[in-house]
Amino acid sequence: MSSESDLAAEFASVKPLIHLHHVGHSYGNGHVIDDVTLGVKPGQLSGIVGPSGSGKTTLLKVLLGTITPTHGEVKRSANIRLGYVPQTEVVNWNFPVTVAETVIMARTPRRWNPRTSLIERRDAEAVLERLGIADLGQRHIRELSGGQQQRVFIARALIGEPDLLLMDEPTSGVDVRTRHEVLHLLEELNATGLAIVLSTHDLNGMAAHLPHLICINNRVQGMGSPTEVLTPTILEATYGAPMDVLLHAGMPLVVDRSLRVVPRVVEDPRGLDQRAESVAS
Amino acid sequence: MSFLLDPLQFGFLRHALIVCTVAGALCGLLGVFVTLRAMSYIGHGLSHAIFGGAAICAALGFNFFIGAGIWGLATGLSIGRVTRRRIIGADAAIGVLTTASFAFGLVLLGLFPRVKTSIDATVFGSVLGVSSGDVWIVLLVTALTVLGVTLNYRRLLFTTFDPEVAEASGVKIAGYEALLMLMLSFATLATMKVLGVTLIAATLVTPAVIARMLTNSFARMLWISSGIGAACGFSGMYLSYHLDVSSGAAIVLTSFVVFLLVFFTSGRTARLRSAAAHAH
Repeated sequence: MSSESDLAAEFASVKPLIHLHHVGHSYGNGHVIDDVTLGVKPGQLSGIVGPSGSGKTTLLKVLLGTITPTHGEVKRSANIRLGYVPQTEVVNWNFPVTVAETVIMARTPRRWNPRTSLIERRDAEAVLERLGIADLGQRHIRELSGGQQQRVFIARALIGEPDLLLMDEPTSGVDVRTRHEVLHLLEELNATGLAIVLSTHDLNGMAAHLPHLICINNRVQGMGSPTEVLTPTILEATYGAPMDVLLHAGMPLVVDRSLRVVPRVVEDPRGLDQRAESVAS
Repeated sequence: MSFLLDPLQFGFLRHALIVCTVAGALCGLLGVFVTLRAMSYIGHGLSHAIFGGAAICAALGFNFFIGAGIWGLATGLSIGRVTRRRIIGADAAIGVLTTASFAFGLVLLGLFPRVKTSIDATVFGSVLGVSSGDVWIVLLVTALTVLGVTLNYRRLLFTTFDPEVAEASGVKIAGYEALLMLMLSFATLATMKVLGVTLIAATLVTPAVIARMLTNSFARMLWISSGIGAACGFSGMYLSYHLDVSSGAAIVLTSFVVFLLVFFTSGRTARLRSAAAHAH
């Protein structure tokens, strides 16, 4: 049986699916990302964390290939297949498509025949079955719960049998239960060998549960496991605000140091004192 | 019975009936993409831009279809190009480019009085003088559009629903934008005579909005929108004849009545769906 250090050494020797070498990109005024060097390896599960405007989405799109960086070099392994799951906020949920149509549209977009073949239908059913939403194929995408909607778009990405799944803020604007659902689903998919890179702003609910993080604020501020990078120094460099890190059940828990809960006593109009909590900066 | 048969004794009205029905179906089909891509304003803008091209052709004696077609296509592609540079939004680009083209047409109207006679009908739509040549042109444009939509159905659906992921999947979205603009330009040209510049936008948008209230399926929406467009074109043409009003106005008002009927009878869900489609 291999030791942890043997596994780490073995992983280090694996050729990356995508390698970014001193990559930078600007939309005209300054660099959104600057001097980013990193590799994404088969089976990797990484989260890109950083504040708004830090370049998370740009980095994701450079990996996806829809943005050609203005600086640096991007190397991709030959015939790499990528799957992409957009933020649910950017999806037009009123578009007239069923779950099955949504999944099938990414299967073979280059075919000239508009009719769905039996093979395509079977593939869609198989991927929906795999994600536990086989009975929702004929439902309109708006009629689903948040977790089911996320699964539909993961299914659409998976039908192309990707080597790497890229996800933009998969838990943005979802409730705690949906976040748990998504996180468990990603762990299951990653356990099958699928590499996953996602962007998230949710440090405690999402990032701390991932095995590998990339902290970015235009430049990469830190890369490694949550215990390695969720440190006050790296977090302050990433978010520009002082943060404390507590350990809870062996997992880092990030606390914004500038927000302290201070108990204060307020006068009750009925003459009774009541304790209330306020957030003081 | 005479209500139906009377107009058919005139050759130009028989032609106009075919043109209006086919034009309604053609605009209904393309209208699905126009509304779902939140480009409702482009139908309006493109027809105004083509008005400028038509005025130039009339003033210079060029072939109307070739001249105005190239003009419309160039305007449509310019809108796409300006928008992609992200300096100004699509609505502002349409506003600037197409109104400039329309204003250019109006200037030509003032400078060349002989242009005026041929342009008046273009603005409001007329069934007078619809020739067999017009019938063939609208049939040809419709056949080519149906072929274009059928062969590119998967990519048009993908790029309309999710252009970013479509691009990441290797679909050239700029190419399909250009294809859609080409089909829209030629549909506008082919139907401008009977529908009129000012009313084409409604024939693009209204049947598609009605179809959206009736279905949640993209494929069914294409069929329903085309069917409603054809039915409104056909019945609007009869109304135009019997009430002696412009064909474009009659067709648009017919589709508006259908819209009201569907809006008030198809329930709350459909209204929400329609409102959301407008919002997007």
